[in-house]
Amino acid sequence: MNAIEMRGVRKTFGEITAVDGLDLDVPAGTCLGLLGPNGAGKSTSMRLLTGQAIADEGEITVLGHTLPADAKVARGEMGVVPQLDNLDVDVTVEDNLSVYARLYRVKDVGEAVDRSLKLARLTERRKDAVDKLSGGMRRRLLLARGLVHQPKLVLLDEPTVGLDPQIRTELWSLIDNLRGGGSTILMSTHYIEEAERLADEVALMTSGKIISRGKPSDLIREHAGRETAEVYGPPDKLAEVRAAAEAEGLTVRPAGPAIAIVGAEKAQNGVVPEDAVRRAASLEDVFVILTGEEAE
Amino acid sequence: MSKVGAKRLEPAAITGVMSREVANFRTFWKATTFSSVLEPIIYLLAFGLGLGATLVDGVGGLEYVEFVGTGMVATAVIFSSAFPSMFGTFVKHRFQNTYDAILAAPVDVEELVTAEVLWIALRAGFYGCFPLIVAMFFGLDPEFGMLLVPIFCFVTALGFAGMGMATAATVGKIDHFNYVTTLAITPLFLVAGTFFPIDQLPDGARAAAEINPLYHLVELVRHSAFGFESKDVLHFAVLAVFAIAMWRLAVNRMEKRLID
Repeated sequence: MNAIEMRGVRKTFGEITAVDGLDLDVPAGTCLGLLGPNGAGKSTSMRLLTGQAIADEGEITVLGHTLPADAKVARGEMGVVPQLDNLDVDVTVEDNLSVYARLYRVKDVGEAVDRSLKLARLTERRKDAVDKLSGGMRRRLLLARGLVHQPKLVLLDEPTVGLDPQIRTELWSLIDNLRGGGSTILMSTHYIEEAERLADEVALMTSGKIISRGKPSDLIREHAGRETAEVYGPPDKLAEVRAAAEAEGLTVRPAGPAIAIVGAEKAQNGVVPEDAVRRAASLEDVFVILTGEEAE
Repeated sequence: MSKVGAKRLEPAAITGVMSREVANFRTFWKATTFSSVLEPIIYLLAFGLGLGATLVDGVGGLEYVEFVGTGMVATAVIFSSAFPSMFGTFVKHRFQNTYDAILAAPVDVEELVTAEVLWIALRAGFYGCFPLIVAMFFGLDPEFGMLLVPIFCFVTALGFAGMGMATAATVGKIDHFNYVTTLAITPLFLVAGTFFPIDQLPDGARAAAEINPLYHLVELVRHSAFGFESKDVLHFAVLAVFAIAMWRLAVNRMEKRLID
């Protein structure tokens, strides 16, 4: 059974088409990473799923509820963790949670708050105002707020954007626990590592459409082969290597100051210089090949 | 998890949104109360005692401090409803993204707006009575009719809270509130019969003043202190229509603003 079904969904803002005929299924109990560059339509897709945006065309079903007609009922069964911090900063940690427990019609608000505080590891800070918390604590609180009613489906919109690596790892551990508990998760991100580490499947999105989908390992094998060779050197040398590799039918992409020859295991005739750095092909290679964007 | 209904205006959604307002209000109630008490004292000293002792003997058989003391209720209501509604809505929507968070929960725009205007109106209904209480220390006699003043203030504040939300949902920048303040709120508060009776105005201005909701509130409050009249039913009806019309306008404007 699918927790989310989107069929031919299209959403425009004036001249801009944010979502362009999107087809997306998320099976119950899985974590799908929606990976795409900024402006790919990920956040708009999330808003369509909560009924905060109305599709121009197409059909959307969430947990068996048809949107937008039953959006409010559907929202009662899902939790949303937003990209932007929208906590009430002057209010205490526990009041932030209890307000949302009420909004989600939780019967035992006190129990829900205690459980959420424990999940976010903020029990000791429950009486503190949010503006006294560190950035990482605030993010954990945002996550706990979205889970205060133990939703069947969780939408994570760029859950770690702008966070430093340590806090990101903390959040990943919380999300991983959630995933282990059997929740259905749809997570939009433009961080390759995040999608690779947390998602059962990854859907690559660009220009409002899904352009490829599968398990990270399958996507890598299908689009990037086994091995990538990164070549460093002066621009003249890189241009020469690039031309030779492309003449062999290999895909070459920019990789910061270097170029990366994808599928380097198939290279012949000394196309890959001996001083190239060989590594296993990654989802980043797939992302850049398919979207034409630099990865983060 | 309790079941969320698909019905409109669910009490659980409305009280949930209001509980957020209450939680926030607990952090700034002292400042609000301080200004709500002090402002009418300043006005009554300046207008009631200053103007009343020097230039104006009385108005329509009332001492000027009684006239202004009862009229000041309207000023307190518009200041404690229209301004918090305009600025609060704008800040919560554009800067704090609060409404995005609330609308991701099982709450729709109509419930959100209803809760917000109800909360502001409850506050204004309470704080609107302060000038009357202060005026009692300046010589206004308490009357049983005054027990209805919180209700009059609440209904009027519903309308101004709705107007404030509709305005916040319409303007492009926070600076645009200056136009609304100068062109709408200041004339409404000055030409409401608070500081001078509107029957002294030229015909056109008086006709305009008579459709000012604050004028109807001023009349109701004065009559609660000095004796109700049959036309007070009409005054209350005007306030009720104003409240409902502004609430619906706010829902309409906020739906356009919040739902893409």
